[in-house]
Amino acid sequence: MKYSIFSLARAALSGHKNWQRTWRDATPKDRYDVVIIGGGGHGLATAWFLASEHGIRNVAVLEKGWIGSGNAGRNTTIIRSNYGLPGNTAFYELSMKLWERMEQDLNYNTMVSQRGVINLYHSDAQRDAYARRGNTMRINGIDAELLDLAAVKKMMPFLNFANARFPVQGGLLQRRGGTARHDAVVWGYAHAASALGVDIIQNCEVSGFVRDANGKVTGVETSRGRIGASKVGMAVAGSSSRVASMAGLRLPIESHVLQAFVSEAIKPLLPNVMTFGAGHFYVSQSDKGGLVFGGDIDGYNSYAQRGNMPVMEDVCEGGMALMPMIGRVRLLRQWGGVMDMSMDGTPIIDKTPVDGLYLNAGWCYGGFKATPGSGFVFAHLLARDESHEEAARFRLDRFRRGAIIDEKGVGAQPNLH
Amino acid sequence: MRIVCPFCGERELGEFTYLGDAKPQRPAADAGEDAVYDYVYLRDNVAGVMSEHWYHGGGCRSWLKITRNTLTHEISSVEPAAGVGAAKVGV
Repeated sequence: MKYSIFSLARAALSGHKNWQRTWRDATPKDRYDVVIIGGGGHGLATAWFLASEHGIRNVAVLEKGWIGSGNAGRNTTIIRSNYGLPGNTAFYELSMKLWERMEQDLNYNTMVSQRGVINLYHSDAQRDAYARRGNTMRINGIDAELLDLAAVKKMMPFLNFANARFPVQGGLLQRRGGTARHDAVVWGYAHAASALGVDIIQNCEVSGFVRDANGKVTGVETSRGRIGASKVGMAVAGSSSRVASMAGLRLPIESHVLQAFVSEAIKPLLPNVMTFGAGHFYVSQSDKGGLVFGGDIDGYNSYAQRGNMPVMEDVCEGGMALMPMIGRVRLLRQWGGVMDMSMDGTPIIDKTPVDGLYLNAGWCYGGFKATPGSGFVFAHLLARDESHEEAARFRLDRFRRGAIIDEKGVGAQPNLH
Repeated sequence: MRIVCPFCGERELGEFTYLGDAKPQRPAADAGEDAVYDYVYLRDNVAGVMSEHWYHGGGCRSWLKITRNTLTHEISSVEPAAGVGAAKVGV
């Protein structure tokens, strides 16, 4: 169904009893042109772009649980395009532009809120580094503003400006950054993809790949039977190594846990998304009023979807350094998501050495903001068998070629990215 | 997670630093590019019981070899791993 002010009025006048399902819960067919493993934001976005941009509609998205039950439901909903290295800068801006037209494209309210993302700086050296990053963004056509202390004080008078150890000196602001509603992104892509004929199949766990005599992947074995496919795309960040191992592949990825936190609801406080520059703490305020915040990954391999106390303590210390008044706010929820930490901190979108199998992985802790861009370039790869221009550097062989994209410059140590 | 250090006893996680999977072995200097690529970049990324290296920087400053389940965080053994740090950097 198409959503509009009229559909809302009609439903309101009939007591909201006649809403239809927003997408079809399909049963698997024998074969598809493209099968996407993973019904998160990236998988569903890929299916939608395959159908809408490339006219490939005989597509299935297989999800082992329910759609959006993995990392799509375990993030902090931030969108931004403030990356500094060639490869990342343009790709995340492509994604940002897709966020800006997503609601019109999908006919779905994904609550994209461009409230701004500000990275605070606390020293002269950090100011210079942020100025450089801002300049990198601006010469690539991305908005960035370097704010001084007075401008930050005006925007966020509640910060602790008397912090002698880590004084706030200013911030780098991307006004077009912000947040979006994570569940709505998943449902919106499901809604639009389903309307174009994409089959969304839940409770369908892939247990192996079907391969012909030449080793080409010709389908998948699932908990709901064998499903044939001309091409299979993996969008299972967090579990990429496990799924790839079914095809005999080892990846330059480790799975790590990242925690996130929500406080009880408070009155409107934060006007934007804000990061602390002297530790690792970032925070926004949800429309329900809760502070949504997080920090570093825990730093050890984990598939457990839960973290430990040292990082929780570190994150809360960062929060207290900036906003001492949140010390009296109670923590409502805390959770962990499993991150595909790649060896250079940058994603991988490429064909694999196995014919017919395509990889979308390695999103580290930054996959949510990439959702539309990831779907766009992965659909391009699946449809045309060549990398999209803006994802040409996200190749799997970049590690072997020495063409790594390491924003933090820490080397092949995934827990440091 | 708490770790029972063989030298210091049971300590909280914040005292320890993680290096990673203990399985990859640094290849010989003449082993060739493929072996080095494999060692530096590729990981089994075990979902289950894994042997790994930790460093007790907040205590005895020993390298430890810990066997831990990545699905549950359950630790089944902690042993001293003398020389691991040196071996990792090829000294």
